[in-house]
Amino acid sequence: MKSKVIVATTINGDDVEFLCEPRQSLLEVLRDVLGLTGAKEGCNNGNCGACNVLLDGVLVNSCLVLGVEAEGRTIETVEGLAAGGELHPLQQKFLEHAALQCGICTPGFLLAAKALLDHNPDPTEGEVRHWLAGNLCRCTGYDKIVRAVLDAADAG
Amino acid sequence: MQPFRYIRAQNVEHAATLLQQQDGRARILAGGTDLIVALRERRIAAELLIDIKGVPEVDELTYDAHDGLRLGAAVPCHRIYRHADVLRHYPGIVDAASLIGGVQIQGRASLGGNLCNASPAADSIPALIVHSAICDIALPQTRRRVPVEEFCVAPGKTVLARGEFLASLHLPPPPPGFGAAYLRFIPRNEMDIAVVGVGASVQLDADRRHIVAARIALGAVAPTPLFVPEAGAALLGAAPDDAVFARAAELAQAAARPITDMRGTAEFRRHLVGVLTRRALAKAVERASK
Repeated sequence: MKSKVIVATTINGDDVEFLCEPRQSLLEVLRDVLGLTGAKEGCNNGNCGACNVLLDGVLVNSCLVLGVEAEGRTIETVEGLAAGGELHPLQQKFLEHAALQCGICTPGFLLAAKALLDHNPDPTEGEVRHWLAGNLCRCTGYDKIVRAVLDAADAG
Repeated sequence: MQPFRYIRAQNVEHAATLLQQQDGRARILAGGTDLIVALRERRIAAELLIDIKGVPEVDELTYDAHDGLRLGAAVPCHRIYRHADVLRHYPGIVDAASLIGGVQIQGRASLGGNLCNASPAADSIPALIVHSAICDIALPQTRRRVPVEEFCVAPGKTVLARGEFLASLHLPPPPPGFGAAYLRFIPRNEMDIAVVGVGASVQLDADRRHIVAARIALGAVAPTPLFVPEAGAALLGAAPDDAVFARAAELAQAAARPITDMRGTAEFRRHLVGVLTRRALAKAVERASK
């Protein structure tokens, strides 16, 4: 077994150090080493978006990032969205629009939607649908998710 | 995944030396969107991953009106299609980089990686060909340069010899009156692999009335992305109109060597080459006329 590496990161605003093997994905590290189980393992090959996190503000599939690559980087996960006991506006709108059923895809959609609104605060419906094409949901049929994101943009 | 070591290369020399020392047991890591999946599925093995993203040249994205575009091999798509100079001067590259995967793939995936993965259907390669990109290949002591249309030699195979890696791409500055486009056909709206992809570029004369240079490249219709110089040559001196686009499209169709697979029949692919070549040329001319 190859030795573990110490990695220093900032996760949801906190300085976090962890030990991992080079072969462990950032998703495995978040879930299995750090107990941050918000990011989900769906396909584990970059197709579904359930593991989405922001890495230095850029939306990525954490299953396709190695934990060791996070050295010196800033990571945002779904656990960091709510602040001071208040849901993030996107989370609130997902609830209001019932934009989830089983919830497995939801953390990924929330992070993807956050990245969209950070980049484009007033997207068209087409832009929302195009941007969210890398996130799969097998429950909602997507429409409620799109409504929730557009409503959050209007409210923002 | 099988265990491996991980090293962040400091510079091109460092990466090249490590790669050569490992003699085939190391892999270069850029965005990882192909590599990590292949390692996880045990389609490839590696004892060492050499992360080149921190190497200045490999992470470089700069434009100069005389020198053109320096595009580091590991620069992710999202930086490429948001770069003001790329948006202005390299529209075919913008088309391709915007089509590869979803936004979360574009956050990591690079054109250098797309090229080294050497898929016959890679979206970026026809676009790089019509923009006349040159590959800058590194060895510990030397460099060699290869036109991008000669880089892929078979599905998944490139001209890279053991110990070599792709450090960067160089795209010449577009001449006046230049336009380019990349189009692909997929049965969905997005997030799919090209059934056929076509890149086209044109240069119009000073009056914007005649074509003085043109390049056409095809994806997913041969074992490698295909440069079709005779299709471009058919446009030289002609006024850009539907008749001459159709002639170039026929030559592109004749050059295509498509197969039938789950994504489409050979006959359908040949038809698509015609349609997409005409459309890509029209779009390239439209952009060149601005």
